[in-house]
Amino acid sequence: MNVQFRPSADGSVTAKTAIADCDIHPARRSMKDLYPYLAKRWHDHLETYGGHAYQGMMVGPPYPKAQPNASRRDAYPPEGGVQGSSLSFMQQQHLDPNNVALGVLNPLNTGQGLRNQELSAALATAINDWQIAEWTSKDTRLKGSVVVANEDGVASAAEIRKRAGDKNFVQVLLLSRNVEPLGQRRYWPIYEAAQEVGLPIGVHAFGFGGNPITASGWPSYYIEEMVGHSQCQQTALASIVLEGVLERFPKLKMIMIEAGFGWAPSLAWRLDRVWQKLRSEVPHVKRPPSEYIKDHIWWTTQPMEDPERRDHLFQTIDWIGWDKLLFATDYPHWDYDEPSRVLPAGVSDANRAAFYLGNARELYGIA
Amino acid sequence: MARHVVAPVGELPPGSRKFLTIDERPIAVFNVKGEFFGLLNRCPHQGAALCEGPLIGLAQSSEPGEIEYSKLGEIIRCPWHGWEFDIRTGQSYCDPKRFRVKAYAVNVEPGSSVVKGPYIAETLKVSVENDYVVVDL
Repeated sequence: MNVQFRPSADGSVTAKTAIADCDIHPARRSMKDLYPYLAKRWHDHLETYGGHAYQGMMVGPPYPKAQPNASRRDAYPPEGGVQGSSLSFMQQQHLDPNNVALGVLNPLNTGQGLRNQELSAALATAINDWQIAEWTSKDTRLKGSVVVANEDGVASAAEIRKRAGDKNFVQVLLLSRNVEPLGQRRYWPIYEAAQEVGLPIGVHAFGFGGNPITASGWPSYYIEEMVGHSQCQQTALASIVLEGVLERFPKLKMIMIEAGFGWAPSLAWRLDRVWQKLRSEVPHVKRPPSEYIKDHIWWTTQPMEDPERRDHLFQTIDWIGWDKLLFATDYPHWDYDEPSRVLPAGVSDANRAAFYLGNARELYGIA
Repeated sequence: MARHVVAPVGELPPGSRKFLTIDERPIAVFNVKGEFFGLLNRCPHQGAALCEGPLIGLAQSSEPGEIEYSKLGEIIRCPWHGWEFDIRTGQSYCDPKRFRVKAYAVNVEPGSSVVKGPYIAETLKVSVENDYVVVDL
């Protein structure tokens, strides 16, 4: 709470520390924004049939949101459209006043998890072209995520290889809630391609696989979905470790996005202890599970862990490593973290610099 | 403490709110069903412009299955994280000990007394015939 990044009254950038924002959500005003990047066949298909997901809902998210479009009420662009749909307003409201030097785009609701695999793949390609045309080519601080038709590993791998070496992209984007746990073999072509082209895999909370957010079934409230993301992410990460993904693809780096990090030590302790007893069931897991997690996993910060006692936060981060945290705001979503209000006092200058920018630059290879 | 003239009463009808900056502080003044309230327009949680949020009621429950909805239109809900504050007192309902938004007294005064001073009218022209909304800072 001791760092002030206060924008000046005239909106100009004041001298303040540059940051990375590793979770920004660009939005479409409507599906028609993607038409320039989609074959005519899909325009007609979308207008005739729409898209249908694995989840029961025909449209919209499985749980209602606390603010319109799950976004800040003050983030509607003045020219109209939903929050996050205007680059110029994003620059004016967020990128400039917060001195964002590196912003990672994570487009959601972009065909991930559609049952029609060809439509899913076409939308993924379109949203990737759209990121370049509408965002990263217009503001070089912004970098895209390769969106893939995640339930079709072969199509996903082709899309990843198509973007190989393209500096507009810094990661492959997956979601946490899929048809099966993320370590399973149907997803391996994604990991293989990502390792081959040298892109880390970001696993963002949410998804459309049709499974309940909790392991005990569908809960009643949005608040249960909000806290359920960390439970869901734990199952995804346990699957990745226990299926041997990180043994099979040893250069793979993964980022857990928007699902917290306070649970990481507890999950790893439990995995290690049980692995000591059941190692023979999963002989492909050659090292204690905690080692894979410490070596291969990065964590975005938003929504930041906020325990009553800051030493509890620091102990958790000591386990994870100050070099593994990536600052994120989640702009323009409603549970946005304000950069100046996230880290309590008592953090060294070196750790603070790594947390806000250095780790992201190193992981994403941005000078 | 200084008394600042906000607006003629007729310019702040019930259901309206006015944003202004006084002594570099962002202030919002509300008219809720004829009653006037003033709040600092900055959320004590993460600094959002709190008073741009919707005015809702207070949902409370004595036990599961029982819901009371009171204070209709008197609870300001932050446009970012949805923190709720009572516009009468600035009290937070989820963490009243740590978080309170500054509330300011707002009154209606006749133009005759406003003209005499020591009110600070800033850009407003005050006439004796009107009533004015004033805030104490």
